[in-house]
Amino acid sequence: MSIRPLLIAASAALFVLAVPALADAPAAGDTAPTEFPPDPFPSTYQPLPSAPTLIRHATVYTGSGLEIDDGDVLLKDGKVAAVGKGLTADPGVLVIDGTGKFVTPGIIDIHSHLGVYPSPAVDALSDGNELTNPDTAQVRAENSVWPQDPGFNTAREGGVTTLEILPGSGNLFGGRSVVLKNVPSVTTEGMKFPNAPYDLKMACGENPKRVYGSKGAFPSTLMGDVAGYRQAWADAQAYDAQWKAWEKTKTGPAPARDLKLETLAEVLNGRVRVQMHCYRANEMATMLDVAKEFHYHIAAFHHAVEAYKIPALLAANGTCAVMWADWWGFKMEAWDGIRENIPMVDAGGACAMIHSDDPNGIQRLNQEVAKAWAAGNRVGLNISEAHAIMWMTLNPAKALGIDDRTGSLEAGKMADVVLWSGNPLSVYSHAEKVFVDGALVYDRDDPRRQPKSDFELGKLGQGTGGSL
Amino acid sequence: MKRLYIYMSLTLAALAAAPALADTYAITGGTVYTLGTAGKIDNGTVLIRDGKIVAVGADVAIPADAKRIDATGKMVTPGVFDPESVFGLDEVDQVNETQDEALTSTRYSAAFDPTDGINPRSVLIPVNRLEGVTRAVVAGGSNSSVLGGLGSVISLDGTEGYVLKDPVALFVTLGEAGKKLAGGARGGALLQLREAFQDAKDYAQNRAAYDKAGRRAYSLSRLDLEALQPFVTGQLPVVVQVDRASDIEAALKLAADFKLKLVISGGAEAWMVADKLARAQVPVILNPLRDLPEAFESLGSTLEDAARLQKAGVLIAFETGDSHKSWNVKQAAGNAVANGLPWIEALKAIMLNPARIYGLDKTSGTLEAGKDADVVIWSGDPLEVTSFADAVFIRGQAVPMTSRQTELRDRYLPYVKPNPPALPPAYSKP
Repeated sequence: MSIRPLLIAASAALFVLAVPALADAPAAGDTAPTEFPPDPFPSTYQPLPSAPTLIRHATVYTGSGLEIDDGDVLLKDGKVAAVGKGLTADPGVLVIDGTGKFVTPGIIDIHSHLGVYPSPAVDALSDGNELTNPDTAQVRAENSVWPQDPGFNTAREGGVTTLEILPGSGNLFGGRSVVLKNVPSVTTEGMKFPNAPYDLKMACGENPKRVYGSKGAFPSTLMGDVAGYRQAWADAQAYDAQWKAWEKTKTGPAPARDLKLETLAEVLNGRVRVQMHCYRANEMATMLDVAKEFHYHIAAFHHAVEAYKIPALLAANGTCAVMWADWWGFKMEAWDGIRENIPMVDAGGACAMIHSDDPNGIQRLNQEVAKAWAAGNRVGLNISEAHAIMWMTLNPAKALGIDDRTGSLEAGKMADVVLWSGNPLSVYSHAEKVFVDGALVYDRDDPRRQPKSDFELGKLGQGTGGSL
Repeated sequence: MKRLYIYMSLTLAALAAAPALADTYAITGGTVYTLGTAGKIDNGTVLIRDGKIVAVGADVAIPADAKRIDATGKMVTPGVFDPESVFGLDEVDQVNETQDEALTSTRYSAAFDPTDGINPRSVLIPVNRLEGVTRAVVAGGSNSSVLGGLGSVISLDGTEGYVLKDPVALFVTLGEAGKKLAGGARGGALLQLREAFQDAKDYAQNRAAYDKAGRRAYSLSRLDLEALQPFVTGQLPVVVQVDRASDIEAALKLAADFKLKLVISGGAEAWMVADKLARAQVPVILNPLRDLPEAFESLGSTLEDAARLQKAGVLIAFETGDSHKSWNVKQAAGNAVANGLPWIEALKAIMLNPARIYGLDKTSGTLEAGKDADVVIWSGDPLEVTSFADAVFIRGQAVPMTSRQTELRDRYLPYVKPNPPALPPAYSKP
């Protein structure tokens, strides 16, 4: 899964051409990746034009848990070229004085519905939940994304450079998620994170049983939920076996394609990852059992309000917990939410991270991390600031299977970088400059680098995001 | 006999709690933000006795019997006042059995007072007060009328005498939600209100005739007409939930016509009509974090709403719209500061201004002698997301810094540390 060819392929044209050849598999599949057709909606993302840039004398949180005081970060050809102290700039490199400022990797929000539940929140634009069957594994969030959602811009103003857009949680199997680079684009394909693994959104608990139970349909209970997952996986195993048998001989007509089972089979083959909405500790434990039964891996439990009760179990299964800083009580399965969830999961040895699930919260994930970090330290968990930064950078990158390319400030990684006016763990700090693949995509001090969506033109939304 | 003993100890405990009202506390050494005429006092002392603040200053004589609380290096402020909450009316949002905030019945509208249904033992109250939220307006709502009902002010300190003022305001819904309630058009919502206020005025002058059924039919029930009296006479504020600039203008006109004491709540586009609001001395309760064109009525949302309104001379107060974590209004206020609002004005917007809007500023909202002793000692800047309330006093009493959330935390915390307990968490009780 080398990213070296991408480093060499610096020109945008080569970059795009290089992508399909990489056939990135997040976990080793047991068959050739040709079993099912390739991505029907390939990324057309191209980094925006960039200039070599050196940020000097800043406090650098690397995203991998380190802090470098009076540190420098060099961005070149869209990549992080060097991180350290006392770096020198070649002629022609743009130098930014970071004295008193902070540098982090771009924030990664692993759970967003921007574009599928955009602003304005009118019915005509609400495309996040295909609530017509508890299993809609065949749908893809990217086909619902409206790239003109003004929320992409405000998220970027908050330092978000990568985000996963998921279908909603009304179904047992909600469909495929899509990972986007947070750049303005007329098309969704133009935002698509090149070669990021696909994820399947699944949901535990109250939502599916409420949506279908209220219609007198299956499932209406938690046991119905679990039976629904298991039957679907059993069907997917049979479907996958049918295809594998045909692949061996290629004689006779190919089996009929079933897009729903295809997504599930891709999970079983390790090419599509599972991101699962799940609040309660006992339900997470049940789902880990289901995953064992059908030999797949759950990348992360999202919302995970009770993850603090089972960090050891999560760690043993290599499953991350994706959490809010302090959401609780809005539904029964969120009744046991506490402010120390993220730091306690982290202290318990599991992979912990923040998420927004909210178009407003996504603008302030640094503040949400700060709240969780401070709550943990108040009860003696002694977590460093640099470590807490991982909750919004490297850890979500890991859960998305893109940590080899982004999520930390390390030479060779994508130059997805935020320059903060002050400590990002302060309510008063702003993302001053946001870089995606080395390109300055947002600058708080330069109106020419403050993109607005088409929807915001005219008199509409004239107040959004700052002064007139 | 054993039973009697338990009964007696409970009585003694209750008695022991009562004289505690006489406790005298001296909070010393902190940086005191009085929000009053004394401004900021470095190394200040706040003296509390019998539930009231008796002295605030740099040179306050501390009585010998006072419990001294060292606040050196910390900040001391009035408590946070939530101007629009559902405390005591809501435990779990999606569990209907725990919801008492909105009436679906069409029989009553303006007269609906949710205060009668408040549960002061709500789990939400300790969760919020240990974060420094000390009092709140509890507001009614309706699922069938633009007249949502009444609201009251409660203190978050216990189960007796917690209702401080009832009613304190009338809550009205306009805009997109109001139009839906009124049958599909904004004009209809305004018409409903005009008719209601006209009827209430007419009723006030013709009660006897009404009782003899000698008066024309009114649009509202007798109790609703009675409930509207303090509002059509301008004694108490009418809080109108509205976002769009033109809807705010319509509310301003309505208020002028009926001489209402208007308060705007929501106000996403209030900054566009800031001068008109300032001229009419109409305050705005807003969530300063709103910046998305989340509806066609809030296309003008901006993080600078608070700063622009304050600059124009409009009295502002902040709310989060989420009583489960009402304390996050501090974070919202911090963000308003990050977007142009002076820090001290943000502090006022969450502590003093709600008291001013609801007419309780004579007894609360500042740290000044004679005021109710709602006082919070903060580990640092209260608007900073990494600060916490270290101690909270409500009406002179130190509140327990525990809640269901801290009990859950303390139950599970030992298991994420080395050498976890041998028995399951269920055996650990607070």
